[in-house]
Amino acid sequence: MRPFRYERATDAASAVALVTADPDARFLGGGTNLVDLMKLDVERPGLLVDVSGLEPAGIEFTADSGLRIGAQVRNSDLAADPLVRERFPVLSQALLSGASGQLRNAATVGGNLLQRTRCLYFQDVTKPCNKRAPGTGCPARAGEHRDLAILGTSDACIATHPSDLAVALTALDARVSVVGVDGVRTVRLAELYRLPGAEPERDTVLQHGELIERIDVPPSSFATRSAYRKVRDRASFAFALVSVAAALDVADGAVQDVRLALGGVAPRPWRAGSAEAALRGRPATAANFVDAISAELEAAAPLPGNAFKVPLARNVVARVLEDLAEATR
Amino acid sequence: MPRTDSVVRIEVNGADHEVTVDNRTTVLDLLREHLGLTGTKKGCDHGQCGACTVLVDGRRMNSCLLLAVSAGGAAIRTVEGLATGEELHPVQQAFVDCDALQCGYCTPGQICSAIAMLDEVSHAWPSAVTGAAPFTGPGDLDADEVRERMNGNLCRCGAYVNIVDALLGIGLSMRGEP
Repeated sequence: MRPFRYERATDAASAVALVTADPDARFLGGGTNLVDLMKLDVERPGLLVDVSGLEPAGIEFTADSGLRIGAQVRNSDLAADPLVRERFPVLSQALLSGASGQLRNAATVGGNLLQRTRCLYFQDVTKPCNKRAPGTGCPARAGEHRDLAILGTSDACIATHPSDLAVALTALDARVSVVGVDGVRTVRLAELYRLPGAEPERDTVLQHGELIERIDVPPSSFATRSAYRKVRDRASFAFALVSVAAALDVADGAVQDVRLALGGVAPRPWRAGSAEAALRGRPATAANFVDAISAELEAAAPLPGNAFKVPLARNVVARVLEDLAEATR
Repeated sequence: MPRTDSVVRIEVNGADHEVTVDNRTTVLDLLREHLGLTGTKKGCDHGQCGACTVLVDGRRMNSCLLLAVSAGGAAIRTVEGLATGEELHPVQQAFVDCDALQCGYCTPGQICSAIAMLDEVSHAWPSAVTGAAPFTGPGDLDADEVRERMNGNLCRCGAYVNIVDALLGIGLSMRGEP
């Protein structure tokens, strides 16, 4: 690991100023991904600016029942919050389906959103990788890609985004507040993550030095009927092959409204907007759920090793929606 | 030359320490290499095996991923700080009683993790296997819950069966049953 300087930030503005001024600087939250990547030599910062102690670090509900989460809230605290579990069960379930108790205690919510892909080639500095070392190539297409993306990929990169929380927040139309040297701006989670295109080294639209300060989840009349389901190679402590975050509002047997996002299938949380549109106003039947997600997945461009994700995603989405519809009967 | 080391003040098992460390030093290496507390083990060194689990201000964390400089001001508890004199911590005693180990390398991490896990249970934290009914506390702790909640601690000898037994026994005593 390369030697580095360390600064403990006292406020967001000075943290942003420090990192913005130094291309070699990184923000440090819980460190569960960054420190690991530093051990692997994937990340080689010259300066760490520790933001884990910054305020606001709390979870609160706004007057209109929106949810406001400080970026330094630890994953375990958000998952265990009784009101979050009652009003946004998909959030708690997504967090609890990821990592281990030890990691959730350390990892921050902001850091969770900005964690890097677990693509094996990205994490191995002896291998080419366009995301880690632009222009070196992507061995994953012809190599080990069972875990990798089927939607939104490019010739340069087929990595998946690993966060479960980000999938749930995308389904819930969350926004992040981002502090930069020029002030605060708001970014919808659906627009925070970039598709790789020809620049897979840029995961998000954030500029170097911009810091996520807070996440806002708008009020929802039906997020109480939401769920997260994650399918993986072992029962626990593994990244998703496919995951689904869904919220469903059914009345008189018809879909009034629906929110649907997929994880493990794309370089960013995949909001299934066309499936949502196809379902609104339609009878909440298993056949309609399958039709809607099948149409969404027509855009998939799987490789031989991950073609199984197409039927898997279809089946998991249909099952989650059936279960949510059943629960409202 | 900008400094790449720091003075860290940290409490370990009730004792205050002030140590100058290279910023790259993890809490795990601070414990083992600077303070001579080798009970905490280095397994994978990547947060995957849990052998390095310690309690940080009462919460279980992977000490291999926690930079010492970032943990300045915290109170750490390791396996060396669990017993009271000759009297083992109840979780240590349960591991002995249930033969919940073979080679023992993962055991300090298992025990520290389990102590915090049981505290999370007493605070009614849910887990990924908790069903639609809310998790209310030790009374809802079953083998599936224990296995899920201990997912961050691997045992290559495969002592899991007896580890689950040991922790279920503690769970029973927490709800006042024999």
